[in-house]
Amino acid sequence: MEQKSMRLTLRVWRQDGPNDAGHVETLQVDGILEDMSFLEMLDKVNQDLIRAGKEPIAFDHDCREGICGTCSLMIDGVAHGPMKGTTACQLHMRHFRDGDTITIEPWRSGAFPVVKDLVVDRSAFDRILQAGGYVSVNTGAAPDAHTLPVPKPDADAAFDAAACIGCGACVASCPNGSAMLFVAAKVSHLARLPQGQPERRKRVLDMVAQMDAEGFGACSNHYECEAVCPKEISARVIAEMNRDYLESRLCSGS
Amino acid sequence: MTLKLDARIPDGPLHEKWDECRFHDKLVNPANKRKFKIIVVGAGLAGGSAAAALGELGYQVEVFVFHDTPRRAHSIAAQGGINAAKNYKNDGDSIRRLFYDTIKGGDYRAREANVFRLAQISNHIIDHCVAIGVPFAREYGGLLDNRSFGGAQVSRTFYARGQTGQQLLLGCYQSLLRQVHAGKVRFHARKEMLDLVKVDGHARGIIVRDLVTGEITRHAADAVVLATGGYGNVFFLSTNAKNSNVTAAFRAYKRGAGFANPCFTQIHPTCIPVSSEYQSKLTLMSESLRNDGRVWVPKQKGDQRPPNEIPEDERDYFLERRYPSFGNLVPRDVASRAIKERCDAGYGVGATGMAVYLDFRDAIQRLGRKVIEERYGNLFAMYEKITGEDPYEVPMKIYPAVHYTMGGLWVDYHLMSTIPGMFVLGEANFSDHGANRLGASALMQGLSDGFFVIPYTIGDYLARHGTMDPKQKVQPDHPAFDEVESEVRARIQKLLDVKGSTPVDVFHRRLGHLMWDECGMARSKEGLERALQEIPKIRAEFWKDVAIPGDPKEFNQELEKAGRVADFLEFAELMCMDALHRNESCGGHFRVEYQTEEGEALRDDENYAYVAVWEHRGPDQPPELNKEPLVFEAVHPSTRSYK
Repeated sequence: MEQKSMRLTLRVWRQDGPNDAGHVETLQVDGILEDMSFLEMLDKVNQDLIRAGKEPIAFDHDCREGICGTCSLMIDGVAHGPMKGTTACQLHMRHFRDGDTITIEPWRSGAFPVVKDLVVDRSAFDRILQAGGYVSVNTGAAPDAHTLPVPKPDADAAFDAAACIGCGACVASCPNGSAMLFVAAKVSHLARLPQGQPERRKRVLDMVAQMDAEGFGACSNHYECEAVCPKEISARVIAEMNRDYLESRLCSGS
Repeated sequence: MTLKLDARIPDGPLHEKWDECRFHDKLVNPANKRKFKIIVVGAGLAGGSAAAALGELGYQVEVFVFHDTPRRAHSIAAQGGINAAKNYKNDGDSIRRLFYDTIKGGDYRAREANVFRLAQISNHIIDHCVAIGVPFAREYGGLLDNRSFGGAQVSRTFYARGQTGQQLLLGCYQSLLRQVHAGKVRFHARKEMLDLVKVDGHARGIIVRDLVTGEITRHAADAVVLATGGYGNVFFLSTNAKNSNVTAAFRAYKRGAGFANPCFTQIHPTCIPVSSEYQSKLTLMSESLRNDGRVWVPKQKGDQRPPNEIPEDERDYFLERRYPSFGNLVPRDVASRAIKERCDAGYGVGATGMAVYLDFRDAIQRLGRKVIEERYGNLFAMYEKITGEDPYEVPMKIYPAVHYTMGGLWVDYHLMSTIPGMFVLGEANFSDHGANRLGASALMQGLSDGFFVIPYTIGDYLARHGTMDPKQKVQPDHPAFDEVESEVRARIQKLLDVKGSTPVDVFHRRLGHLMWDECGMARSKEGLERALQEIPKIRAEFWKDVAIPGDPKEFNQELEKAGRVADFLEFAELMCMDALHRNESCGGHFRVEYQTEEGEALRDDENYAYVAVWEHRGPDQPPELNKEPLVFEAVHPSTRSYK
């Protein structure tokens, strides 16, 4: 079956490194097929650039099946592009039309400095989780798994929150550059489970403190994060975290 | 120069070997553990769990990952589940049965003692993962749910919707970060291991390149753990993540580590078929789908009708027809070959004819759409995103694709390679899956190796061969580091000096096509000999014309890829040699010359019941074949039957 071939105009952010001012480069590209993924489209553009003796566009990617959280593109101003619940690697060109102009930028947030072109540094996320996003149980110490029943609704809600892939779309889309959805997803995952209870209060206080220290903004209920989250994590987790945070602050007496 | 292959399998009956090993292994006193530094390369399930567990014990651990964070490792993409012999379903499971299924599933090419230990440890993995907060699927009573997987007649697979790998990896990653917070583990993101450094024959460090700055640095330690995954990307198109590669393992091979059974590749039966020439990867549809999905093709050749218009009696449910007792749940190698056979015979469907249907119509009728959504919702959504078709309405189209590599660096029972002090875990080693891995066993093996084996066995090595005296420890200014670092730099320079005009991917794609055609699902003597003639030609063209734009002293993805593809171009030869020498069919290794009248794999236990361990002999020498005989005491190898 012959696929339709598209011609597109790309406006791509090019930036040599964190200290370079960066600029938008306009590229005319041809021969794009509708079954290509967005990243396969960029692969083709890069092949053409290399053959023309130019530097390819740097972009982060790995699994290309929407689960590793590595890809991170603002496509026409929307994190991961126009399809709901879809990472850029799973966005396909059949959702674009011949002659379209597409603007591609990196995540835009002070807490995610640009490494090169469309690649950013998201190590702040690791540091937030280091502050407490875990259950402190050493290997070898666990009792039989069935000594700890978990009601199915709690297990399901914990899973829904734990589905976060740490891509950073929430931060990139928030007018405040807030990381609340990311942080709350982990807080909520563990707070929903009995395993998370012993450290529940300390966890939320420490993770929020680290989030603030990394320079992420505050949440003012725009819900942009929820709208772009490729795993469709509900902003309800933010409310849960706020409640936990308040309770923990009151109980810790500080 | 033949390798010494002492598997160090403990004495005693199978079920006591692991106890025996742990009893005789030397221990490192808790207060002394912090005097030892261990390098862990890779932070998937195997590396992440190893780093966390070693940190918990008090060792100084340095973790290196080429990703921007340890949470990206490709274990994250595992969908279906993790096996354990809990027998929570009361359906006749036991440690012995899990062991037996795994040995049989691997077509009697795995080491009994390792597999038995894996089955013993499987239950502890579930306990530990629940304790660290992994949100496994549960039943309404609050207890854990299980499902069935290929190659087993019991339900022993624990799962977290279709994202089990993700949830287990995040559990490991969180445990790892806890150790980072405690100051026991340091992780180095975007750092790629480019070589191994040996001093007096022992692994004592690595050379890495910083993928952001291009800086080359040296790291010394008392032991090195490689958990760097598999090499399925030698085929270019596979279900592996784009950055997965063989480089760390292959460089270790060149430094003297034996490479075992490199030709043992798993072709997964249910993947989304190739749709365009620009395809960059293939996407797996979890084996768990075969619990409820039925595989079929039209009975009539070249039937062009839409699938829903083909009546029941004109459909050939060929897996159920050929294998009535296992039906759609035959092991992966068996299912893949059966699918290929139907397509090659002209019964395939879709635009290319290289696909079969995986149909949920009956399951939806029986269980209702809601149940199917709950079980497989994310997989159905993924399928629809990629193909634009809704699998609730139209059957999925699937075709086999490269998924996992059973081969890997040879390790003994302690998971130590032929280089003392270098341990290899997870998919990067060869030990537990023989010639075919059963579904839901990769996660089990990665976590078993990392959480529960290496913490004991590495202690024995350090207690016997390590030194606690800071003055005796190897430092990064040792001449051995000078030498290896200069070789690493020379190799990068050689790549840059080519200054050609063809992108790296072009060579990689060509190699991949060749490997898929000649060393893929069906292999022949002629085809493999042809591949062995073609690979050096592609390699020569690569070294004459590869284009690597940009600066080596900055973020340069083409340079990263070029280094990896250069290694694949050498490694591919080793795979083909291994496939050519093994004159039998077993598991995922199917030589067309060796098959039964019904087209099933024909094993040759008399001549090939061994692990083929290849030894590097220098740049201009062919590698030498060493053999570790496989001795079966508990299980008698028989022809696998899933009928």
